[in-house]
Amino acid sequence: MIETKRLQLNYGEKVIIDSLDLIIPKGEITVLIGANGCGKSTLLRSIARLLKPNSGSILLNNENITRFTTKETAKHLAILPQQPMAPEGLTVLQLVKQGRFPYQNWRKQWSTEDQQVVEQAIAATGLTEFKDYEIDNLSGGQRQRAWIAMTLAQQTDLILLDEPTTYLDVTHQIEVLDLLYKLNQEENRTIVMVLHDINLACRYATNIIALVNKELYAQGRPEDIITVKLVKDVFQLNCKIIEDPIYGTPMCIPYGNKNEPRQ
Amino acid sequence: MKKLLSLQSKYFSQLLDLGALKKLSILILIVAFTFTLSLSIGDSFISPLKVISILVGNGPAFDTLVVQEFRMPRIIVALFAGMGLAVAGAILQGIIRNPLASPDVIGISTGAGATVVAFLAIFSDANSSLTVSVEWLPVAAFIGALITALLVYSLSWTDGVTATRLVMIGVGISAFMQAVSTVLMLIGPIYQASKANVWITGSVNSATWQQAKIVIPVITCLFIITLLVTRHLNLQQFGDDVATSLGQGVQKMRFALLLLCTALVGCAVSFAGTIGFVGLMAPHIARRLVGSSFGSLIPVAACIGGILVVLADTICRSLFGSVEVPAGVFTAAIGAPYFIYLLIKMQKR
Repeated sequence: MIETKRLQLNYGEKVIIDSLDLIIPKGEITVLIGANGCGKSTLLRSIARLLKPNSGSILLNNENITRFTTKETAKHLAILPQQPMAPEGLTVLQLVKQGRFPYQNWRKQWSTEDQQVVEQAIAATGLTEFKDYEIDNLSGGQRQRAWIAMTLAQQTDLILLDEPTTYLDVTHQIEVLDLLYKLNQEENRTIVMVLHDINLACRYATNIIALVNKELYAQGRPEDIITVKLVKDVFQLNCKIIEDPIYGTPMCIPYGNKNEPRQ
Repeated sequence: MKKLLSLQSKYFSQLLDLGALKKLSILILIVAFTFTLSLSIGDSFISPLKVISILVGNGPAFDTLVVQEFRMPRIIVALFAGMGLAVAGAILQGIIRNPLASPDVIGISTGAGATVVAFLAIFSDANSSLTVSVEWLPVAAFIGALITALLVYSLSWTDGVTATRLVMIGVGISAFMQAVSTVLMLIGPIYQASKANVWITGSVNSATWQQAKIVIPVITCLFIITLLVTRHLNLQQFGDDVATSLGQGVQKMRFALLLLCTALVGCAVSFAGTIGFVGLMAPHIARRLVGSSFGSLIPVAACIGGILVVLADTICRSLFGSVEVPAGVFTAAIGAPYFIYLLIKMQKR
């Protein structure tokens, strides 16, 4: 699905990601984890062609992504950036409708297909009764769902999300992640996202990518790769790993220097 | 609840906002009303009913002459210049994503202004008469607008143009262009300086049919082009990341839209001078009326811009007796407080 080959990403002169070879499998929920500034957002943005690689290449379905026009790419992958901004006074319907952009032209701006897909996307995110509400008047969780609905209307197999749960309270975090899980399960959409919460990452991800020091540290199922050593190496944090009492996935209980943990 | 109408066929489909359509029709009526009223007001008052019978071709000969030859061209130029400035302002507010952006702020209008002053200074002889035909003046204004826009754009470019950089550079270039105008007026002949000053303030008092015949088709064409690209404009408002993700060539489109904006400003300014604040106020009022979707915003803003400038010109030529006050004085008088009001309102948010 997505493959990077000797990918190098820079921010000005500074190297953020160095010669990264990575395969992001189809049909899974992949979560990128890593310390602040390790380049996970940068990597996500470059996969979505929002950032040009310094060298190396990104393959989308075995073809170099630069070979597609930006409009074609928009039919294959959608990215929801961190904290996107909607113009003042825009309604949910008007926002979700933008997702149809790559399928439209100056004559055809609202085909019956557009209408269907937009209505489905709004229904799938549970926003049907809010479709004429202004985005500014929605709760944080509803707003994030409206943006996700827009990416759904884009009808891409691959959806990338940059920290979709940041700035949401815990209820809305779960709400958004449940929605993404449902989309993955029911519509077989491949989801790639950046999350800060390791425990939520372990619960929802089927594939975790941990980045350290400009490079790939580990990749695999959370059960297989999340260990005390990984957390120490990736986050410079002490922790205990136990089994999540509800889901059976790894759960990380961090501790600092406050007290020595009781053994 | 918004009332929407889906027009769908194999070759054409569009989602129309019926509420906005209704407001637009009312505005078009107001435009027609303002136009007629403006035709009746002047040194001799001709009743609006008489004006209508003149327009359909059977009025008294003298009144027909007054209405058609003296008043109509300037009102048409005012109307279309207002429309052009309003649409240009709406485009700019879309690409810069800031309701305070307008062609005056980022220097496009001032650039055109400076070129005109330079034109008047260079092509005047000792007797203060122009050495080349005055027809070249609009061309000079247009070229000035274009050069300024390109200058601002290229100076803002660092691996793409961000909205904030464009505004900061624009404000700087705008101040520079104003300084150029002032210096040229100070060292230029007095007669030309006063002429240039009137032009810089913005006035349609020298409009002719010849100008009207240029301004009508040019602004109409640019207006139609703008309507065809509204979906791109809508996308620009979401910022670069979202627009790219949805498949827009953001930088290319931003440049094309800036050119469209420049063409509109150049055309409006070359016939009506730098009538200030219309490009700021009209789109803003329109946004209040129909929301920020450009499909509705552009035509509504155009109507409001037209009404503003026609009204401004009518008031300025009739209220102050024998003194001809440039229309730009009036738009500035209401525009400047409006700008301050917007600034205060934005700070509170």
